[in-house]
Amino acid sequence: MHFRDYDTGGFYDEMFVRSGEARTGSRLLVERVEALLDGDLLRRQQAAEIALYNMGITFNVYGGEEGDEKIFPFDIIPRIIEAGEWAPIERGLAQRITALNLFIDDLYHEQKILHDKVVPEDLVKSCPAFREQCMGIDPAGGIWCHITGTDLVRDGEGVFRVLEDNLRCPSGVSYVIENRQILKRTFPHVFRASHVRPVDDYPIRLRESLQDLATHTESPTVVLLTPGAYNSAYFEHAFLAQQMGIELVEGSDLFVQDSSVFMRTTRGPQRVDVIYRRIDDDFLDPRAFRADSALGVPGIMDVFRAGRIALANAPGTGVADDKVIYAFVPEIIRYYLDEDAILPNVDTFLCWREADRKHVLANLDKLVVKPASESGGYGMLIGPHSTKEEQAEFAERIKANPRNYIAQPTLALSRAPVIVDDHFEGRHVDLRPFILHGEEPYILPGGLTRVALKKGSLVVNSSQGGGSKDTWVLEREPDNVSFVDASVMPPVTDHES
Amino acid sequence: MLSRVANSIYWMSRYLERAENVARFVDVNLHLMLDLSIESGSQWHPLVVTTGGESLFRERYAETGPTQESVLQFLIFDRENPNSIASCVRAARENARSVRQSITSEMWELLNRMHLRIRSEGFRDGALDTPYEFLADIKNSSHLFLGLTESTMSHNEAWHWARLGRLIERADQTSRIVDVKYYFVLPTLEYVGMPYDNLHWAALLKSATAYEMYRKRYQRIAPNWVTEFLILDREFPRSVRHCLIRAEESLHAITGSPIGTFLNPAEQLLGRLRSDFDFARIDEIIEHGLHEYLDNFQSRLIGVGDAIFETFMAVQPSGVGGGGSQFSGASSA
Repeated sequence: MHFRDYDTGGFYDEMFVRSGEARTGSRLLVERVEALLDGDLLRRQQAAEIALYNMGITFNVYGGEEGDEKIFPFDIIPRIIEAGEWAPIERGLAQRITALNLFIDDLYHEQKILHDKVVPEDLVKSCPAFREQCMGIDPAGGIWCHITGTDLVRDGEGVFRVLEDNLRCPSGVSYVIENRQILKRTFPHVFRASHVRPVDDYPIRLRESLQDLATHTESPTVVLLTPGAYNSAYFEHAFLAQQMGIELVEGSDLFVQDSSVFMRTTRGPQRVDVIYRRIDDDFLDPRAFRADSALGVPGIMDVFRAGRIALANAPGTGVADDKVIYAFVPEIIRYYLDEDAILPNVDTFLCWREADRKHVLANLDKLVVKPASESGGYGMLIGPHSTKEEQAEFAERIKANPRNYIAQPTLALSRAPVIVDDHFEGRHVDLRPFILHGEEPYILPGGLTRVALKKGSLVVNSSQGGGSKDTWVLEREPDNVSFVDASVMPPVTDHES
Repeated sequence: MLSRVANSIYWMSRYLERAENVARFVDVNLHLMLDLSIESGSQWHPLVVTTGGESLFRERYAETGPTQESVLQFLIFDRENPNSIASCVRAARENARSVRQSITSEMWELLNRMHLRIRSEGFRDGALDTPYEFLADIKNSSHLFLGLTESTMSHNEAWHWARLGRLIERADQTSRIVDVKYYFVLPTLEYVGMPYDNLHWAALLKSATAYEMYRKRYQRIAPNWVTEFLILDREFPRSVRHCLIRAEESLHAITGSPIGTFLNPAEQLLGRLRSDFDFARIDEIIEHGLHEYLDNFQSRLIGVGDAIFETFMAVQPSGVGGGGSQFSGASSA
């Protein structure tokens, strides 16, 4: 397969400066792919898919039983980010999460930022993810959001912008680690010569930062709380628990007694100190939040309030990734850190503001409209791809509940080449790096590159037909290696070894 | 470890062991059929009885009755039959899936591959066409799983739960096959000394992969000796007694109490059952009726399973206040 017919189509391309001219960091990979024998690339792609299927790296499609497990589609051509491009991302994300944690802590204590009218009070108070139940709580170290998965996109000029802050239970990091395992076997020579920064130590770092949350004991019992084997992210829960060597528990495995949390074991009840919970606030504690939740642990919020259990992320962090609050993040950063935001936002119109709303309603055919508190790509309107009827329907929804809608210009998202049948085509991508916030923020070099596999589509969510790519963040420039002899190298097909 | 996890690991192991046993029964029978020129149904029927699905089979295959095709379909692929190979592998895999973090990736991937393969398109027709390959594959996969369990998993509590499940299932399966085969072989006693009879007894041994090891111990094929070997042998890994001895080891490794004592009803019942087998005599068993003996054994084994569940899986929060666990009762030696 060759890139010579590959057309960047006028978009910012992650791999090519323009058609036929690879970027510095990608040049080696392009040469390698070009040197492969006919059919070899497709064989590698198929072997990678089979490996994922056998490993059971699947997500569940809601509403079905077995047979509805799908592999998350995966494209073996990695997306490469050069060292110089990554450095400002790393700094920008650290800055952002530091400010957001200060913001959340402030909201649940003195609310200085509201009193100073930097963020409008009624926007915060009307946010469904703002939890009165968290007022006055002091999580260990003042950190509320320990694990973040921020969505970045690159616009037509090649500038990275923050699209969303996912501060609740962001998922996808297991794919980052598994994709890397597969890519190392798929392109071992290019990988070695490219000086790719490793991602494999993420579970170790995660375990350490969870362990640090327990203040009262040296050897805390840490568990991962999952909604169960039928949750769409169950694979990731099991994977992380296994990689961290901690118990994977369901709500029914836990109970509260004597102001402590216990799990039911074959040796009787055992005290739990830290919970990495992968269920939403709403379902965490039927006594504090949704009473009909069968997934959570009754009474756990009281234990949390008393400081006798650590929860990661703490409840109530969702207020800071509300899409309306998002528009204020640059001001939030300035307010707490007295710095300018390193990573820019995407321009955002708040339908809650009258002037913005008028503009949005007049330009529905050009804008992307999103509900403020949904995730997963649900309930969006993509103006240029929508019908008049859909636009009219959204206009009604916006007028009925302006607080709940924002709009952004339709970005010319950057593209990357993916394998389509027997050739390459450009597809839009985004990037979700993962950030751990223990004492200092740590940014996983890389993250999940999601690909909108449907031609022309801008929606990358797995629930909406998205796939993924491995993301290589380079330490420095790749070595000069020649692949003219590549045809005599044995093809890498043994993906079981 | 978590009670739910212990329970799932125990059942994962039991289901896979069951799948292997069904595969072995079917395989041996197919071979036997090639040697015997009698009407096939009479030879396939005992297989349905052995796996405990007789009434379900009659219900689902009323028109055809027990033919090779219907019995293979029932025992290998029928999803409605909870003891078919497909159902057992699926149940093993679902249990493994819910405890993926407690077993190793190698173990999970093997079960996942087995399951996906059985489900894959066109697989059923191929397997019915050349069942030997498929059955050998199931047996090998089960052995591979055991090897992976042995060599990739720490020999910790979870490992003992897997072992306990496997051994209890195996004891049950061996007792079933002896019971059924003995019953079906007996009417042909007029053939004593004829090659057919030898074939039958040899088939019984092969169903438990016991033929070669039996030959090393005994010179001739004799009904009482075959039965003794499969039920009371101390060393043969599929004999009922051997399974009980090893199961008891694992149960005590889980609780930490010495063998010969008990802390809970599960240990008490299993210990008593094992010691009965330690001192049993085959001539007495046959004299009092092998079928009655095995029937009684099976209900006591069910009792052991129930006691295990009550003791370890059904943990109630109310035990916390008193600061005790289910092991806090006095030891009785």
